[in-house]
Amino acid sequence: MLDYTAMILAIGPELWLAATALIGVLLGAVLKDKFNAFAFKFGALVLFAAAAFSLMNYQGGEAFNGLVRTNTFVNFAKFVSYAIGGVTLMMSEGFLKRHNTIRYEYALLTIFASLGIGMTLSAADLMTLYMGVETLSLSSYVMAAFHRDSIRSSEAGLKYFVLGSLASGMLLYGASLVYGFAGSTEYVAIAAAEPSVGMMFGMVLMIVGLAFKVSAAPMHVWTPDVYEGSPTPVAAFFATAPKMASMVVFANVMYTVFGGIIEQWQMILSIIAGLSMIIGSLGALTQTNIKRLLGYSSIANIGYALVAVAAGQEFGAGPLLVFMTLYVIASLGLFAGVLSMRRKGGMVEGINELGGLMRKRPWLAIALSVLIFSMAGLPPFGGFFGKWEVLNAGLDAGLLPLAVILVLASVVSLGYYLRLIKIMWFDEPTEKFEAIDGSVTFTVIASAVLTGVVFLIFIYQLSGWAGNAAAGLAI
Amino acid sequence: MGGFPILSAMTFLPLAGALIIMVVRAATAGSRDETQAGSEGRTALMAGLIISGATFLVSLAAFAYYNPAEPGYQLVEQYRWYQNISYKMGVDGLSITLILLTTFLTPICLLASWNSINKRVTEYVVAFLVLETFMIGVFTALDLVLFYIFFEAGLIPMFLIIGIWGGPDKIYAAFKFFLYTLIGSLFMLVAVVYMYQAAGSSDFEVLESYEFARNAQTWLWLAFMASFAVKLPMWPVHTWLPDAHVQAPTAGSVVLAGVLLKMGGYGFLRFSLPMFPDASHLFQPVMFALAVVAIVYTSLVAWRQTDMKKLIAYSSVAHMGFVTLGVFSFNEAGVQGAIFQMLSHGIISGALFLIVGVVYDRMHTREISAYGGLVHRMPIYATLFMLFTMANVGLPGTSGFIGEILTMVGGFQASTWAAFGAALGVIFSAVYMLTLYRRTVFGQITNPKLNAIKDMNLIELICIVPLALLTILFGVAPNLIFNITEGSALRVLNLMAGG
Repeated sequence: MLDYTAMILAIGPELWLAATALIGVLLGAVLKDKFNAFAFKFGALVLFAAAAFSLMNYQGGEAFNGLVRTNTFVNFAKFVSYAIGGVTLMMSEGFLKRHNTIRYEYALLTIFASLGIGMTLSAADLMTLYMGVETLSLSSYVMAAFHRDSIRSSEAGLKYFVLGSLASGMLLYGASLVYGFAGSTEYVAIAAAEPSVGMMFGMVLMIVGLAFKVSAAPMHVWTPDVYEGSPTPVAAFFATAPKMASMVVFANVMYTVFGGIIEQWQMILSIIAGLSMIIGSLGALTQTNIKRLLGYSSIANIGYALVAVAAGQEFGAGPLLVFMTLYVIASLGLFAGVLSMRRKGGMVEGINELGGLMRKRPWLAIALSVLIFSMAGLPPFGGFFGKWEVLNAGLDAGLLPLAVILVLASVVSLGYYLRLIKIMWFDEPTEKFEAIDGSVTFTVIASAVLTGVVFLIFIYQLSGWAGNAAAGLAI
Repeated sequence: MGGFPILSAMTFLPLAGALIIMVVRAATAGSRDETQAGSEGRTALMAGLIISGATFLVSLAAFAYYNPAEPGYQLVEQYRWYQNISYKMGVDGLSITLILLTTFLTPICLLASWNSINKRVTEYVVAFLVLETFMIGVFTALDLVLFYIFFEAGLIPMFLIIGIWGGPDKIYAAFKFFLYTLIGSLFMLVAVVYMYQAAGSSDFEVLESYEFARNAQTWLWLAFMASFAVKLPMWPVHTWLPDAHVQAPTAGSVVLAGVLLKMGGYGFLRFSLPMFPDASHLFQPVMFALAVVAIVYTSLVAWRQTDMKKLIAYSSVAHMGFVTLGVFSFNEAGVQGAIFQMLSHGIISGALFLIVGVVYDRMHTREISAYGGLVHRMPIYATLFMLFTMANVGLPGTSGFIGEILTMVGGFQASTWAAFGAALGVIFSAVYMLTLYRRTVFGQITNPKLNAIKDMNLIELICIVPLALLTILFGVAPNLIFNITEGSALRVLNLMAGG
């Protein structure tokens, strides 16, 4: 007998997403191309409602005999991911219209991907985790190749698919090893099991798989290519909602499943974090394509977030949420900025195309500058506190070398962030960008205000929410 | 006054003004065309002058409420902000003098830009006002994290000022300035996090009374030193300064030399000495050595410069060496002298950059060899230039003398050799400054372009004459400053001694 109340409490948003996604498929089958006109608004509405749902059931619960278990920690991530997913969907419509690829499948894929996000976050069992990861990944592969007439987009999709499948295989193999040695696939049961060498092997393989999904070095190579090749709104989605979720899933797995043996994986995660910071910030220095640059910068930022993961649950859980929230909002704004780089001949992606933006579109330039500095973690913008929290977590956990790498990587990263500022403020103006949809401009400015100013002054609020959310993980 | 938050008002007034200017500009953007660009810039400059002037008046009001007889922090405002970080502001004798210097120099900088900045004037004014907020904030903040935010944030507007309105090599200079300063500051950030965790608060007063372990002190001291040494700047991390100064527009150089460099000295006095006394004692010989090297070496380097601004930039490094010497002599004369020297150098070097700017605006070159015989065409200019040359050399009767003699007295009590080395610097400063003066002002006019050069106009006089009056006033009556700073200087030394 199913306990429906418990189900709704635990994974209400996911049930809603699954149901509406199927309704969407039916609508598509019936209405055919007529659905294209409102599929995006439908999808955005569904996602915003899912975000609201995850707040309503914020405390979470357990269902399906322990296959899913949610708490405030994952619900926080769900809320941010769904809300941001909805925003990316709203931004996508105009872009796809102009490229004659406006199809309702895109909106449905975003909903399915979000369903995958929700399932990975709700998972309390390795099987649920794997199913969620695959739901998210398969939707993502298709989205990356959504411009099927474009060679670059197809290449990105294929590359993502091949490498992603490999990583999924690793994750699955690791999970099977863990299952074999611990005797259960349930998080709680594994955590209670006696650690063994075989389990460590499984854990390492799982870390590799998860590190691929969050694009941490040295499993990062797909990121710049996929970001560059995918249609920009798709890259915007990849860089935000799944990033937030995968990071929290990563932390959730490490904290709940392997929380008792932190000394076994702290070093591994520290190395991954350090490598990500170094490779990401050095790699971005020479990029001339804005999407590739943001791809590398996301690798570096994931490295910072991994410092919080490596710090362990006690110190790192809250800071991770604060950092990732600030980061994905800034990332969303910057990708919205990329979406507004449109000339008569189509979209442009070279960073030099931003030349003299300050004189042509001053507010856009100021908003982008705020986002860039915020992402760089430079005061006086909110992003500074993201870095502050992560540094605090790292030093609390005694990871001083990692803190020093973080600091040095920040200096290097300023090299390319400042180059963007220089191009926008110092260089001679290039041709003015075409006007763009209101939703894109709104996203740029809103996210700049949010990360730059609101979360500077009201950082205690965000930090408080994140702290409370992290406290829910302990139960 | 009740609970009126005068310090917050003073700090954020320029920022609010900058926002208003930006919004007004955006609102009138439709009615604007290229021909009106000039008048729009003048309007913005006028607005900037009014706002920064008002800020100066507010800072005077704050000064009026400040009681120099009390050594501790005054006019304190405190609100809980985030974790154990609070939004806390307050001033003591050390910070109020530097705040007054800041608010006094900013309107002068804007006025000095009246004729020399002709492109993107509105943005220029906005950048300057934002910079002013951050500079004041550095001195008013009484919370380490708040201080850090202001300290780092100041880099952004200065980066833009150098990068947009600078000379031919501005991009290089702007990047060098930013990255050099940032790398030091980020080490400080790690130290800030450490201190915050150790003491459980980032409040200055809590940190001052918290005793850090000896070993930890050494590392913390080094991390703070990494930041302040770059900012001050000390040899051998001073190389960003000549580039930044030469490329920055005149007003940028003034505020750089006048205020931004002082943050290094302020940091030493505010953090290194009271919070890490053991480490400060440990590193005293190193600091003396670096100070003497800075004074002697950069003086010699200054002598060989062919670019006027570069010469003054190197002389700044040398004069900041006196500040280091005074601060690390750990006695009243030295610390008081260091504070005085910071103030006096802010006025004198600011004025010298303005002086260079006057001829640069006319000739568009800073090469010393392009000048000569200016006295025949510009008598007023020659007089003022002479005054500031003498002040920079440290002639008695000018404020430069008081700062140098006191820091040397303080240094002498701590180390004879350090004072001896510093005294050499005084001689060298006379050598390079007088050489500069002789080659630009005296002699016959050899460059035919100089024949038509005009003497200083009214705006330039309004900028420079107040600085000249202050130089003499503080030179004749230094007690005006000492009375304000005495309590704070003694407080720093008491905290150091463990009181």
